[in-house]
Amino acid sequence: MPKITFIAHSGTPQTVDAENGLSLMRAAIDNLVPGIDADCGGECSCATCHVYVDEAWMARVGQPGDREESMLDLNPERGGNSRLSCQITVSDDLDGLVVRVPEFQM
Amino acid sequence: MSEALVLPEAELQLDPYAYPIEALNPAQPGLFRRDAHLPLLKRLREEDPVHFTAESEFGPYWSITRYDDIKYVDMQHEIFSSEGGITVGDQDEDFQLPMFIAMDPPKHDVQRKVVAPVAGPRNLAALEPTIRERVAMILDGLPRDETFNWVDRVSIELTTQMLATLFDFPFHDRAKLTRWSDVATAQPGTGIIESEDQRRAELIECLTYFTELWHERAARPEPGNDLISMLAHSPATRDMITRPMEYLGNLILLIVGGNDTTRNSLSGGVLALNQHPAEYDKLRANPALIPNMVSEIIRWQTPLAHMRRRALVDTELRGKVIKAGDKVVMWYVSGNRDPLMFESPDAFIIDRPNARSHMSFGFGIHRCMGNRVGEMQLRVAWEEILKRFDTVEVVGEPVRTYSSFVKGYLELPVRLTAK
Repeated sequence: MPKITFIAHSGTPQTVDAENGLSLMRAAIDNLVPGIDADCGGECSCATCHVYVDEAWMARVGQPGDREESMLDLNPERGGNSRLSCQITVSDDLDGLVVRVPEFQM
Repeated sequence: MSEALVLPEAELQLDPYAYPIEALNPAQPGLFRRDAHLPLLKRLREEDPVHFTAESEFGPYWSITRYDDIKYVDMQHEIFSSEGGITVGDQDEDFQLPMFIAMDPPKHDVQRKVVAPVAGPRNLAALEPTIRERVAMILDGLPRDETFNWVDRVSIELTTQMLATLFDFPFHDRAKLTRWSDVATAQPGTGIIESEDQRRAELIECLTYFTELWHERAARPEPGNDLISMLAHSPATRDMITRPMEYLGNLILLIVGGNDTTRNSLSGGVLALNQHPAEYDKLRANPALIPNMVSEIIRWQTPLAHMRRRALVDTELRGKVIKAGDKVVMWYVSGNRDPLMFESPDAFIIDRPNARSHMSFGFGIHRCMGNRVGEMQLRVAWEEILKRFDTVEVVGEPVRTYSSFVKGYLELPVRLTAK
C-alpha cells in the first residue's frame, strides 16, 4: 500500500497507508486526517477536500481537469499546486506523496 | 418573482394521493406555509422522481426530488443554466436584476471571486470575537419568564447585525437590511408588500442608499475589508456602479443570502429541538455536538427549499426528455429527506454521521458562498444559548413564510428557562 503524508496547517505530519485505486480524499477520511471535509462525498462538487501538493510531486500528480479547475478557481486561497484530493487516484506511482492541508476549507 | 395570486387553501394538494400523479404541483406556497409539503415530495421521490407539472401559477416546470439526481443537475452547469433566474417564479419582466447567482460562467466566476474572500474562513476567524460579543448582548437582553417572538428578538437581530458588519453598513440603519431582504423575496399581497410597484419602489431606495455607500467607499484611498469596498475597488467590478440594476441585483443576492437563510435556520433549530426533546437532552449533556448539530439543523430546515435551472439543450434524465428552454426545479428540501441518502430522514438527529452531506448549500460552481458564515453564526449562537438557558421552550404554533422558495418563520413564540 502506498504511503501518503498529510501535513496539517500546524506543521504536524501524518503518514497513512492508502489503498490503490481509491482517491486521496478517501485515504484522508478513512484515516481520520483532520482538515478534509469532503462534504459532497467525492464528486468534485463542493471543493472542501482541497490540498496543496508538494511541488516536487506536482509533475507526477498532474494538473486538475476542467471540472476540478472550475471548482478550484472559486477558492480565493488556491495556489499553483492546489488540487481537490477526491480527484487524485492513489497508485504505486504516488508512494511517498506529500500534501499539505490548508488552514481552512471553503 | 412573479405576480402570483394567492390560491385559496381549498385547492392545496394536502393529500397528494387524492390526485393523479401528473397533476401534482410542489410549488404551492400555501403548502409550505402549512408545513404540508413533505407528503407530496415523498410521493414524487418514490413514484416520479423526474416530474413534469404542466400548469402552475409559475408556468410549466420539472421537479427533481431525489438526492442523487439533484446533485447531478446542480453539477451540470453546461446543460442546466442559471442565467435569468434561480427560483421557480420569474423575475418581474420590467425590473430585471442581474446577479451572479443567476449567471453562467465566465461572468459568474469573475464576479463571485471578487466578493468570496469576505465570506472566507480567514476573514471569519477574525470576525468571530465580534460576533460572539453581539450574540451575548442580544441573549442577555432577552426577557425572562415571558413569551416573546424568537424570530424578531434573536434570529433577525443576530443575522442583521452580522450582515451590517460584512457590509460595514451604518449600524443604526440596520433594520433597513432586514426590510429589503423581506421585500425582495415576498409575494405581493401576503403581508410584506402589496404590489410589484411597491417592491420596485423600495428596492430603488435600497439602490440609492447603497450607491452613496459605494461612492464613499470608492473615494477612500485604502479599500476597506467590507463587501462594498471590495466591489468598488476590484478591477473586475469597479465599473458595476454604471450598471445600477446589476449592482442592486448583487446586493439583493448578498442581503437575502446572508440573512434569510441563517435567520430561518436559527429559528428552525429551536423548533427542531423542541420537537425532538431527547436530542435537546443529548445537546445539554454534550455541547461538543454543536458543530455537527449545526449541519443537521441546516439539513432539517433547508432554508431555501429549491433552486431553479433552465435546460440549454434537450437532455434525458431517468427516461424523461427535458426540452431546451424548460425550467428545472431542484427540490433541495426533498433531497435532504431522501431515505436513500439519510437514514430516518424526517428525524432530527444532532449526531447524525453524514449530516454534513446535506444539500442546502447546493453543489457545483453555485455552491453557497457564505456557507462558513452561516455555520459560524449558528455555532456561536448555540454555544452562547447553552451557556445561559436550560431551555428555549416553544410555547405556541410557529407562523411560517408563504413561499416555496424561502422556507422560514415569521413567528416562533418561546419562553426561556434560565440555567
